Amino acid sequence: MVKMHMYIVIHILVMFLILGSTQAETITLYSGRGKSLVEPIILQFEKETGIEVEVSFANTTQLASKLMTEGEKSPADVFWAQDAGALGAVSKEGLFAKLPKKMLSKVPETFRHKDRLWVATSGRARVLAYSSERVNKDKLPDSIFDLTKSKWKGKVGWAPLNASFQAFVTAMREQVGDDRTEDWLRDMKKNGTIAYPKNTPIIEALAAGEIDLGLPNHYYLFRFKKSNSEYPVSQTFFKTKDPGNLVNVAGIGLLKNSKNEKTALKLIEYLLSSKAQQYFVSEVFEYPVIDGVIPNTNLIPLDELLKIVPKFDLNEMDDIDGTVKLLRRVGIM
Amino acid sequence: MRWIINRRHSILLIGQRWYIFFPAVLICICGLIPLGYLIAKAFQLESSTLVENLLRWRNVRLFFNTIFLTIGVLITDILLATPAAWLTSRSDIKYPRIFSVLCTLPLAIPGYVIAYSLLALGGYNGIFASLFGWSIPRLNGYWGALIALSFYTTPYLFLNLRTALLGLDPSVEESARSLGYSQRRVFIHVILPQLRPAFYAGGLLICLHVLGDFGVVSLMRYETFSYALYIEYRLLFEHNYAAWLALILLTITGCLLYLESRMLNRVDLHKAGHGTSRAPSIIPLHRLKYVGYSYLCVLFIATVCIPTLTVILWLFRGFEASTLAGIFEAFLGSVSISIPVAIGCALMALPFAYINVRYTTCISNAIARIPYIVYAIPPLAFALSIIFFVKRTDVTVLVLISACMLHFLAEAIGPVRSPLYQASPHLEEVARSLGCSPIMAFLRTLLPLLFRGMLIAVALVFLATMKELPLTLLLRPPEYETLAVNVWDFTEEAMFAQAAPFAFVILIFSGIFVGLLIRKEE
Repeated sequence: MVKMHMYIVIHILVMFLILGSTQAETITLYSGRGKSLVEPIILQFEKETGIEVEVSFANTTQLASKLMTEGEKSPADVFWAQDAGALGAVSKEGLFAKLPKKMLSKVPETFRHKDRLWVATSGRARVLAYSSERVNKDKLPDSIFDLTKSKWKGKVGWAPLNASFQAFVTAMREQVGDDRTEDWLRDMKKNGTIAYPKNTPIIEALAAGEIDLGLPNHYYLFRFKKSNSEYPVSQTFFKTKDPGNLVNVAGIGLLKNSKNEKTALKLIEYLLSSKAQQYFVSEVFEYPVIDGVIPNTNLIPLDELLKIVPKFDLNEMDDIDGTVKLLRRVGIM
Repeated sequence: MRWIINRRHSILLIGQRWYIFFPAVLICICGLIPLGYLIAKAFQLESSTLVENLLRWRNVRLFFNTIFLTIGVLITDILLATPAAWLTSRSDIKYPRIFSVLCTLPLAIPGYVIAYSLLALGGYNGIFASLFGWSIPRLNGYWGALIALSFYTTPYLFLNLRTALLGLDPSVEESARSLGYSQRRVFIHVILPQLRPAFYAGGLLICLHVLGDFGVVSLMRYETFSYALYIEYRLLFEHNYAAWLALILLTITGCLLYLESRMLNRVDLHKAGHGTSRAPSIIPLHRLKYVGYSYLCVLFIATVCIPTLTVILWLFRGFEASTLAGIFEAFLGSVSISIPVAIGCALMALPFAYINVRYTTCISNAIARIPYIVYAIPPLAFALSIIFFVKRTDVTVLVLISACMLHFLAEAIGPVRSPLYQASPHLEEVARSLGCSPIMAFLRTLLPLLFRGMLIAVALVFLATMKELPLTLLLRPPEYETLAVNVWDFTEEAMFAQAAPFAFVILIFSGIFVGLLIRKEE
């Protein structure tokens, strides 16, 4: 009897699969964002729309170079990247299609390409993290250029080989010029700044007493605070418009050669919906790119953030080559 | 003239036994062709960019960092392993066998797990702080890398030295003693020089491990060529410069192999007289015995107990049931690579072991040596050349499995070869004369004899692949999880509690397998 039931159930399932595969629209997504982050929201999208998303996960840099080698033959409909640099590189190759104006109207200009070739899905800020045990809040440096002072010799940590740091250097070059950026990097090195492989170890090192100040992305600290609210590290921004307050984004673009343009646009639209944005804010501690999301109490509101970030164009973040050359000249890479 | 005959002879043999030589040659080609791609890729770099990138202070620093680390680990290992080997072979301490097993155990703990434990011990959140209430500074950089690498490579030297010490001819020492040498002078002037081949063999293994190491130097943030290579690969679209770094690393390895073979050529230590060998004399330690015991115990505690305890304590501290699924996924990922690699290597080792034992021509010698050369290639450089070979976007699990097989083949040959030495070639001849085809003769006479050796080979390679990190890190398909990758990932993120369960599973497996191997040996 049980067996009989099983047969029927399997039969129905198979029927569903067959029907599903003939009816459901399928799109291919290249995701440079991690699986644990992306999967929940994609599953939700599939459930709500009945559209099937085939996701190919890899490192953002690798996917961008894959898209460039595949060119017009690429099976990808959508590219979701971890940072603006890769999006810039792909749009420079002319691989992205223009996104509809209406869809992007609710996103502030800072968070989208000037020719509408891609749009940000969430933002993350560079911050100044400090040991709340050893550094007085009033004595914190005002600007990222103050970190080269002898007062902070050997007390600052950074992750110069991390992609997010390099994006920041690219932006800094845009704002203050190559020469000043190079000087700053050299002075930082001379000042005994300690290199960590990633952002989290910077936070760990602050707590462990190895350093007093650090330059991570904003959301790492929240992971530590979540399990231990007494964790002896705090973070803040530099003064208004300081290059140290960069906001970088994760963003998405529609590929020109997509054969499922309409379906693919639905995914992009979904990621800009308040539901998806709420997910990024509450679960991943990122900044939203639209208004009307219930703010995370740990984050300052979006409009306030936009006031203190330096003026710069995320579209100009594609000169990774120049940054790498600079880092090589300084001897960091 | 003799050489010509020799060559013709060997070609004839190859013709007759193509079913042995063909797979062997095929495997050699698969192992070496990717290197061609690596060189091709490297020379794609424009000469102006090349000069700009290569002739920089950073490369000089990387070079000296790599060399200093290698030399440092070598010296530390000599200092750690020599007394241990002597104590367990020539002194009158009790239970020398047990102590020698304890000294071999660090082999079961991968370098990156030792690095993990050193990192997770100190600091604000560290085990030390929670046990004793005050935090010790976290080891990192040169000293961190030195200690972690020394701990896990010591057994390579220890095993070589101990075997050599047990096999020494006591009559030489006795002559020296009778000529008025003190015990200490005998050790320095008579015993140590005779241990040279053991030092070379163990030293070579250690150097190869340090040059090829990625896990420890990356976690300890000590910049060597391996680490720089990985960063280039991760961050950039273009990999030409990464190919150059791999080439430099290969050149250093090549120089090392050359140096070792030159040094070994000059050693001539065979016995002059006749007669059977005797067991070497045991030297009583008297009151110094306790120094010996405490030395061995401290070594064991530092290299095995502390890393294991750190992992276990972190495991209890941060364990969440919700992570079980992830652990299981990573476990399946590791096992589904390790099993095919282990079985594949044991099978692939057959033709090599056979050629090695049954043929002594120059071609066969060259073929038999190639797996060892592939084994000596630093894994990151090997992985990078395979990426160029298959084009990096088409990397599948199959590529990863093949790469691991080629890399670990050398580890499987030894165990398969030793029973073959004992099997008489007449066995096959008899089978042939009774009407078996050559292949059947091999399958029915030799294979049953080799079976035990192949099982040991399977166990060895399985263990090595379970712990493998650099090849997997570069060649795994996106989001393919293994235990080793998880330990490394979480440790690099300084998330020690999350890394602990994965490290723990690796330790359990390594422990079981080392235990099995030791029992087999006995």
